[in-house]
Amino acid sequence: MLKPSDVIKLTKVKFSYASGAIFDDLSVGFPRGKVTAVMGGSGSGKTTILKLIGGQIKPNSGDVSYGGESINQFSYDQLFRFRRKLGMLFQFGALFTDLNVFDNVAFPLREQSSLPEVAIRDLVLLKLHTVGLRGASKLMPSELSGGMARRVALARAIALDPEVMLYDEPFTGLDPISTAITGDLIRRLNNALGITSIFVTHDIKASFKVADEVVLLSRGQVTARGTPQELIASQDPFVRQFVGGEVDGPVPFHVVSESIAKDLGIPVSHWLKK
Amino acid sequence: MIVKTLSSLGHAIIDSIWRLGVASSFIAKVLTRSSIVLRRPQLLVDEIHFAGVLSMVIIVVSGLFVGLVLGLQGYETLKRYGSTGAVGTLVALSLVRELGPVVSALLFASRAGSAITAEIGIMKTTEQLSAMEMMAVDPHARVISPMFWGGFISMPLLAAIFSAFGILGGYLITVVVIGVDGGAFWSQMQASVDFYHDILNGVIKSVVFGFAVSSIAVFEGYSAVPTAEGVSRAVTRTVVTSALAVLALDFVLTAFMFTGGV
Amino acid sequence: MQRARVDLWVGLFVALGLLALLFLALKAGNVDSMFKSEGYQIHAEFDNIGGLKAKAPVKSAGVVVGRVESVSFSNESLRAIVSARIDEEFKFPKDSSLSILTAGLLGDQFLGIDPGGDVDNLVDGDRVRITQSAIVLEKVIGQFLYGKMSDSGGN
Repeated sequence: MLKPSDVIKLTKVKFSYASGAIFDDLSVGFPRGKVTAVMGGSGSGKTTILKLIGGQIKPNSGDVSYGGESINQFSYDQLFRFRRKLGMLFQFGALFTDLNVFDNVAFPLREQSSLPEVAIRDLVLLKLHTVGLRGASKLMPSELSGGMARRVALARAIALDPEVMLYDEPFTGLDPISTAITGDLIRRLNNALGITSIFVTHDIKASFKVADEVVLLSRGQVTARGTPQELIASQDPFVRQFVGGEVDGPVPFHVVSESIAKDLGIPVSHWLKK
Repeated sequence: MIVKTLSSLGHAIIDSIWRLGVASSFIAKVLTRSSIVLRRPQLLVDEIHFAGVLSMVIIVVSGLFVGLVLGLQGYETLKRYGSTGAVGTLVALSLVRELGPVVSALLFASRAGSAITAEIGIMKTTEQLSAMEMMAVDPHARVISPMFWGGFISMPLLAAIFSAFGILGGYLITVVVIGVDGGAFWSQMQASVDFYHDILNGVIKSVVFGFAVSSIAVFEGYSAVPTAEGVSRAVTRTVVTSALAVLALDFVLTAFMFTGGV
Repeated sequence: MQRARVDLWVGLFVALGLLALLFLALKAGNVDSMFKSEGYQIHAEFDNIGGLKAKAPVKSAGVVVGRVESVSFSNESLRAIVSARIDEEFKFPKDSSLSILTAGLLGDQFLGIDPGGDVDNLVDGDRVRITQSAIVLEKVIGQFLYGKMSDSGGN
C-alpha cells in the first residue's frame, strides 16, 4: 500500500513493547502535502506510529523513512536535524509550565535559531495570531483552558515552519467548539504551509471533516484506508462497526473468557446462550 | 518460605546493581552534554537558585541549632574534666569534619534533591521532556545538566554555611550565654583545627556528597514512572537513597582521611 | 522572579558560601598550617615512645615547629625510631634533644625539642642523639611503690 507519492513510509515494521507485540508486519505510507488521519481502537498502535516517525522509538525490524532517508538509522545528530523539520502536538499540549505562553512559543526559536529577540518577538506574535491567541501571550500555562493550551502548543509546534506536523489525539477532551477550531486549524495550516499532516484520533466526526484520507488500524494492521466518503460507504464489517460506533461486531463486546455459566457455577442446560 | 525470601533478596540485589549501571550511563551522558552550562550560564544560575538559594534558610537555621546543641552538650561533658575551654575545638571539629558535610547533605537531599526529582518527574509525566526532544532540543543538556551542576555547586557552599553558622551557634551558647572564655574558645579552636587535615577534608566530603545527591536526584526524576504515583515514589527513593549513599560514603571517606586507612 | 532578582540572590548565596569557607579557614583553622613549606626531616631512637603517633606535633618552647611523620621499630637496635619533619624556618643545633611529653595530664603526647649549643644546625636526614623516652605511668607507679616498700623495709 505504499505509493511513490508517499513522503513518509513505514515498511514491514515490526515493533513490540515489553507488554506485547503491536506491529508484526506493518506497511503504510503517508502522501506529501495531505492530511491523513490514523484511527483505530485503543492499543491499536496509533500513537506508536507517531513515535516511530518522530524517532522516539526504533522498530525491531523494518524501515521508517522520510523522503527516502531512513529515520531509524539516523545518528544522534541526524535525528536532531530531522526533528527540526518536524512539529509535534502532544495530547495535552505539554507546554513548559515554568514559562509563559510567549516564552513557550519562543522556545524553539530561541534554541534552534540565532535570530535577534526583536525578530523572535514578531514571529511569536504571528504564530499566536494564527491560532487566535495573541492576546494570551503573557499568561502562564496553568491559567489556560485545555483547548487554549493545545492551541498554544500548536503555535509552538509550527514556530520553526516544519515540513511535517504530527498530532497526538488533538481532539480528545475538548468541547465541540474547541474541537471545531482545532480541526479547522489543522486544515488551514496544512494548506497554508504546504505541509504533510498526520493526526491520530478516534473522533470520527471531527477527523472525517478534516482529513483527506483515513487509515484504520486494527490489531497492528491497516484494516481499511480511503477518503472519509469511501469509509462511510464501506461494507467491511469492522469499518462499519468503527464508523457507526456500534457496540458489538468484529471487535467483540466480551473480552475472551470462560462461559458465564461456568463462572457462576450453574449447569449449562439452564442457559440458552453463552 | 526461606527460599522465597532469599530469592527475592537476590532479585533485589541484582535489580539494584542493574539500576546502578543504568544510572551510571545516564550520569555519564549528562556530564558529557554539560558544555551548555559554559555557553549559557544563565541556565546554571537559575538552577543554583533553585537548589542552593532556596535551601539557605533550612541550612542556616539547622546549622545554628546544631551548633547550639553541640556547644551545650559539649560544655556539659567537658565540665566534668575541667576542660571547658576546649568546647570551641569540640564544636569546630565536629562540624567541619562530620556534621557540616553530612547533615547538610541529608537536608539538601530532602529539600533540594526531592524538588529536583519532582520537577524532572513531572516534566516527564506531562510529556514536556518528549516535546523538547521533538523540538530537537536535548533535555539532557537543556534541563538535566544544569540541574545536576546547580546541585553539585550548591552542596559544598551549603556545607560551609552550615559549619560556619554551627560554630557561631556554639559560640553563642557557650560564650555569650554560659560564660565560657571567648578567648579560649577561639584560640583553642585555631590551635586544633588544621586547614588541610580538617577543613579541606570536610570540603572534599561535601563535594563528593554533592555529586552523589545530585546524581541520584536527577536520575530518579528522569527514570520515574510517568504517573503521579510514580513521581511520588521517585521522590521518596531520592531521599532514602541519598541518605544511605551519604552515610556510606561518609564512612569510607572518614576511614581514609582521618585514620590513615582502615 | 525577575532575571535580576534571581541573579542577585544567587550572587549573594555564592558570596555567603565563599565567606563561610573563608571564615572557617581563617578564624577556625590554623592559618599558618596553610602555608607550610617542605621542611627538613630528622629522626631519633627512643626506648619507649608511649602514645606518640604520626601527625603529632613537634614543639619547642611550647610552639609547634613541625610534625611527627612516622613511627617504626628498628630490628638492629631494638628501639623505636621516630621520624619528624621540622619547618624550614626553624633551625636547631645538632646537639638538640628530643623528648616525648604529654600535653596536660591526660592530653595527647607530642615531641618536644630542646635546643642545644652546637654551632652547626640540623639538616635533612640528620639523627638526633639525645632522646628522652615517654613516661609510662605503670613504670612510675611501680617505681614509686618499690621506693615506698624499700623505704618502709629499711626502717
